[in-house]
Amino acid sequence: MQLPPAVHARLAGGPGAAEPLPVERSPKAGAAPFRFTARQVRFPREHEFFEDGDVQRHLYLQDVLTQVAGAPERPRVPEFTCQVAGCCQVFDALEDYEHHYHTLHRNVCSFCKRAFPSGHLLDIHILEWHDSLFQILSERQNMYQCLVEGCTEKFKTSKDRKDHLVRRHLYPADFRFDKPKKSISPATPRATVQVSAEALGAEGEQAEGDAMEVCSEPAGERHMAGRRIPPTICFGQGASRGFKSTKKRNKHQ
Amino acid sequence: MWLRRRGCLRPAGCGVEELRRRRREREAALRKARREQQLISKRLLRDDAPEEGEGGCVAVILGQAEIQQFLQLAQRGTEEKERERALVSLRRGLQHPETQQTFIWLEGSMRTLVGLLTSNQALLQLEAARCLHELSHSEQSAVAEACLPATSYLLTYLSGHSSDFIELCLYTLGNLIVESEAVRRQLLPQGIVPALAACVQSPHVTVLEALGYALSQLLQAKEAPEKIIPHPAFCGSYSQLCFCWQLCPRLHSPTTHAATVATWPKAELWGCCGVCLVPSLHHLQVNNALLITHGALSTLGLLLLDLAGAVQRTEDAGLELLACPVLRCLSNLLTEAAVGAVGEQMQLRDERVVAALFILLQFFLQKQPSLLPEGLWLLNNLTANSPSFCTSLLSLDLIEPLLQLLPVSNVVSVLVLTVLCNVAEKGPAYCQHLWPGPLLCSLLGTLAFSDTEVVGQSLELLQLLFLYRPEAAQAFLQQSGLQALERHEKEAQLQDRVHALQQTALHG
Repeated sequence: MQLPPAVHARLAGGPGAAEPLPVERSPKAGAAPFRFTARQVRFPREHEFFEDGDVQRHLYLQDVLTQVAGAPERPRVPEFTCQVAGCCQVFDALEDYEHHYHTLHRNVCSFCKRAFPSGHLLDIHILEWHDSLFQILSERQNMYQCLVEGCTEKFKTSKDRKDHLVRRHLYPADFRFDKPKKSISPATPRATVQVSAEALGAEGEQAEGDAMEVCSEPAGERHMAGRRIPPTICFGQGASRGFKSTKKRNKHQ
Repeated sequence: MWLRRRGCLRPAGCGVEELRRRRREREAALRKARREQQLISKRLLRDDAPEEGEGGCVAVILGQAEIQQFLQLAQRGTEEKERERALVSLRRGLQHPETQQTFIWLEGSMRTLVGLLTSNQALLQLEAARCLHELSHSEQSAVAEACLPATSYLLTYLSGHSSDFIELCLYTLGNLIVESEAVRRQLLPQGIVPALAACVQSPHVTVLEALGYALSQLLQAKEAPEKIIPHPAFCGSYSQLCFCWQLCPRLHSPTTHAATVATWPKAELWGCCGVCLVPSLHHLQVNNALLITHGALSTLGLLLLDLAGAVQRTEDAGLELLACPVLRCLSNLLTEAAVGAVGEQMQLRDERVVAALFILLQFFLQKQPSLLPEGLWLLNNLTANSPSFCTSLLSLDLIEPLLQLLPVSNVVSVLVLTVLCNVAEKGPAYCQHLWPGPLLCSLLGTLAFSDTEVVGQSLELLQLLFLYRPEAAQAFLQQSGLQALERHEKEAQLQDRVHALQQTALHG
């Protein structure tokens, strides 16, 4: 199909409409036995007219294999350490660092150093855990906001909010980013360990493991000691509140 | 970074004939699926290239004990590297359907995986997400639906910042969305719509592409028009528009490209993003009047121009598929614009759209002739009620290129003739440009076709031509036009018109 050069030139030109030639219709046009009338046609999305296009698109989608660049192809940089105070993680690829940073350091509470997956959850956490005004106000009005973006409901207690999350939004009852604030109190070692286990997995706190994992002893101690231990000291394997263990972490391949 | 490659999930090393046969089979299966309204395709991101030269897949089938072992190691291993490796091994195993089945039936396995997904080890998190992604891609409903416990977390992570991770979550969600209505019934109350809307702000084109995928899967759902689009989260003209129309201009603006993926040619970006992204626009047709008042027509027009530009610069595969949704969207919206009381400034008037469309038609002819009807359908909708666009066809000398499409197929012929009728019916000023010219000769050619519809449309065009340009009738007679007509004298659907034309030609 040969296109005149004017077409390409026109495309490159500025917007504009052609001055229309005068329209002059005769009543005989399209008169019986003829039947032509100029009209626009609309097709609903399920129409068979689109079958060819749809089939081609799906063939293409099926063929496309989106691949992660293999290790040797990733751009290597000289080994560097995470710059955040206390974090000794070492990297030699920027992508690894990006994800590490966003997961552990980006949305971190400046009060208790817990990390959150998003700014939204961090904001809610700070409000509910570290804002004394919030506590006062929440006695008089519903202050606990729903965690789901787009839902404007607020609740009197965090339990009410959890019920709402479970019933209205079909969230799991043990949703990890909705742990109620626990007061620090001495408890039997066993119970403490349980509580610690939950707290460690909750609110994205900087520790390894998850709610199901039973914590090792030192972590329990840490929790009992509460606020008196300076936040930069941490016990237990992998608990990374503050300085990491001094041994250099393995680099990520 | 994910590297896009149009690879093949099937082992190489089979002959060309074999590949063609498989492609025909796949095509037939897709057509059948579409007719049964079961046409869904999932996306897969994977980091192992399929082994060349080996038959079958490379994934190892893992047994229950092995899966348990890997999970335990991942969860409680002492060495970080060890934990990662365990998850990687699990993920590789999960590429195989049998491992997937074993996994989902193993008690506590999904719970552990979700635990790893929400852990604070960034790389464990990523690997766990990849495991989930493999599961989401499964064709077995049970496997995909086993991922449901993870969805609230996947949605939560969409408001994070790690672009690779968000992309992975989006593709996983997209695969799950398309799985079944049961899955969507959970995702909607969990807030998938606002969560997706939040991703629109991302500066990463790769995230936008993934978003387009998830969105188009959501909007393609059978229950979309009644349950999803009117959903409170979707409702309200403003959110709906912010949602989708932000995507278009963002892809269109040069800064987006420059800022994020400087190494990719712009056309490939289009190809990748648009295949997933723009179909979602097509599916959002429900609220057309609103789309139009917000300048949808001109935005789509600009998209078309950009496409035509891209097509001139590159041979990238997939570009023609990007054009498809734009054409459909534009074409259907034009019918709305005519019906509704749309202001003058919202109408599409830009002549460059016609130029762009023809460049695309030429491209289709070379790459994918099966897409020509859709392009010509748009041309019909542009020209039917528009003297301006009809004039453009004439002034840009596009009649002859149009005629060159006649031999492609019957469907294409009918459409070409319809467009020509659109031009001719506007009167003598237009027909003056149609004859003298190659048109008459082409019509004598189409009269020789056996397809009734093609011939019928040719007769309509001849009537208009003879009416507004009587001299053409003379030329017609001289070129044995009557004999060409005689062939169809007995055809029930044609005979009245044939007879009328014969009279007109002979007696004026």
